[in-house]
Amino acid sequence: MAQINLLQAVNSALDTAMDTDDRVICLGEDIGKFGGVFRATSDLQDKYGKARCFNTPITEQGIVGFSIGLAAQGSVPVAEIQFADYIFPAFDQIVNEAAKFRYRSGDQFNCGGLTIRAPYGGGISGGLYHSQSPEAYFCHTPGLKVVIPSTAYQAKGLLLAAIRDPDPVIFFEPKAIYRAEVGEVPETDYVLPLGVAEVMTKGSDITLVGWGAQMHQLHRAAKMAAKDGISCEVIDLRTLLPWDVDTVAQSVEKTGRLIISHEAPRTGGFAGEVSATIQECCFLSLEAPILRITGMDTPFPLVFEKEYMPDYLKVYEAIKASVNF
Amino acid sequence: MTSHANLDAYENNYNSFQRGIVMAKFNGTTGTLRFTESTDLSIPVLSILNSEGELRKGARSPVIDKDTALKIYRAMTYIRVLDERMISAQRQGRLSFYLTCAGEEAAVVGSIAGFTDRDMVMAQYREQAALRYRGFTSEQFMNQLLSNDLDLGKGRQMPVHYGSRALNYMTISSPLATQIPQAAGYAYGQKLSGNDACTVCYFGDGAASEGDFHAGLNMAAVLNCPVVFVVRNNGYAISTPSSEQFAGDGIAPRGIGYGIKTIRVDGNDILAVYAAGVAARKLAVDTSAPVMIETMSYRLGAHSTSDDPTSYRNAEEEQLWAEKDPILRMRKWLFGKGWWSDQQDHQLITNYKKEILDALKSQEKRSAPSLNGLITDVYQTPPQHLQQQYAELQQHIDKYPDHYLANPDKTNGTYQSASVQLP
Repeated sequence: MAQINLLQAVNSALDTAMDTDDRVICLGEDIGKFGGVFRATSDLQDKYGKARCFNTPITEQGIVGFSIGLAAQGSVPVAEIQFADYIFPAFDQIVNEAAKFRYRSGDQFNCGGLTIRAPYGGGISGGLYHSQSPEAYFCHTPGLKVVIPSTAYQAKGLLLAAIRDPDPVIFFEPKAIYRAEVGEVPETDYVLPLGVAEVMTKGSDITLVGWGAQMHQLHRAAKMAAKDGISCEVIDLRTLLPWDVDTVAQSVEKTGRLIISHEAPRTGGFAGEVSATIQECCFLSLEAPILRITGMDTPFPLVFEKEYMPDYLKVYEAIKASVNF
Repeated sequence: MTSHANLDAYENNYNSFQRGIVMAKFNGTTGTLRFTESTDLSIPVLSILNSEGELRKGARSPVIDKDTALKIYRAMTYIRVLDERMISAQRQGRLSFYLTCAGEEAAVVGSIAGFTDRDMVMAQYREQAALRYRGFTSEQFMNQLLSNDLDLGKGRQMPVHYGSRALNYMTISSPLATQIPQAAGYAYGQKLSGNDACTVCYFGDGAASEGDFHAGLNMAAVLNCPVVFVVRNNGYAISTPSSEQFAGDGIAPRGIGYGIKTIRVDGNDILAVYAAGVAARKLAVDTSAPVMIETMSYRLGAHSTSDDPTSYRNAEEEQLWAEKDPILRMRKWLFGKGWWSDQQDHQLITNYKKEILDALKSQEKRSAPSLNGLITDVYQTPPQHLQQQYAELQQHIDKYPDHYLANPDKTNGTYQSASVQLP
């Protein structure tokens, strides 16, 4: 199997999707000949032609609205929003249109073929408009699925699953680890199930839950804790909506402790949802309060990005606090 | 009103219009079925100086005195030097990111020179030349680019996101076109305040594809806002050529479609841009109405330091436009007027290089902004929960002082290690 990075895995998934289904269409700003500002769509226009892989004008609401129409007609659009920070002009199309298309028509119409890809997250000194993690806004929207990979293997399998899923999916890509995250990825076609978490590391003392680039911080914190004799079970949610309650609950039943971590601000963040659900179903098993290690409730900073980030040291401190509670 | 369901209703409505009962603008009826095409509307390009910097035959020069002309020229030249120095600084790892104005100096400086310092500027991100024209200093440019303790934006935004309350230059936002409806609103407020000021709003041809562009122009027209929209049509939006950005004749017809007086000018011709800027400002303020100027030019540089245009456009095209350099053309005109000499030009460029490098050296030695800038200005007063989060952060940093604030390359350190670059 080839060792490729997360970005190449995204490209491979798009290539596989377009190769196996003529209805798959990639569109977005600068994604044509140029291959996208991060090169996720490299060579796709050469391979599949301008009609199936093309540049759009700079209008996110247009890109998503157009893609909803395409999907309703029976195509399988994969729309790229250049940065997750720029998805907001499309918010109405996503929240009021894509998410409710099937429901409002009594299932006469749907836009289930729609997938929206967007690089998200900090770590590249992008300041407040090239760093945000907007997943929670979309997790508050019934009708959408929200998927975030953390490895190259996941990226290909989950993106293919998202493209082939019968419902609209928002697929956030952790751009900070686009190139740093390298792993074995089959050249063949495969999918990973949506709505299913992955237990990345087995452990017995405390459960760490995260997704996307944040998984690196969790793994690193878990290694530090291991030196102190603390065994961490590390779980990658992979899909946030709908999320895999059973896997997390089973783990917390065993460990009695839970930390959830994300880059997005704390208030209204998805960690709150996980925390509330787990305390409902695992109340009697909990040995310590569930902790959230998150970004601060501020816009994403520039010079103090390192201080703002919920890094492995903050997670490590939280692990100790939870275990010593 | 034109989307009537049947022709009878249309006739009735039309008769009503004729009687002046319903306000509408129709140009009459026709018995011939013919679709109006975009080419039916032909918008000429105002051009005053030819490539040799001489007045074109039949062209009328705007009134411009020597001081104004030299102030414009100095601002254009300064920005060209700044851009060149900052591109090198970025390559040396002293800046994380940069984005040039190259090729569009006349479009920006020529237009801003038609306004007063009271007028608000709401720009996109490639108009640093307007800020320089207003008096932004080398130190101020460096403070923002380096995110140091004197940055007016407190080190919160990426390089080139300038802003200055003192110079009536609204802080830049990365999301495209968001300033366009805001400019209409700002101008409406200026009109209500009666302070004889207007707003000048800059954006590129790519930004004109955003929904905010359409919302902003329509509202400005309907609500009679004294705002001048300056759209820089420079041929590219990152890698996307204008042929893939719009199918119509540039942006100008859209202004007309919204009922906005519109002019198209050669953006590399300083006199044409200046003439349009002066006239547009007067129109906007005197008649309380929006005006649009489309400057036809070319983005000579890459989109940004993270971009490499060789993968999407050819050198011949770039060379063609390099020969139309707006600074070169203005210099020839100044020479012809006897207002400027080669020697003065060399001296000016030498001085600017030194001024900019000195400022870079001195300002990069300054410290980062204060850590509490993390929580200030989120709201006017930091609420309790932010104060608590900040206190927790301070406790955490105290446990790992070497890991955080001790980073010697505070403002730039993280950029160098990033495995991906920003566009």
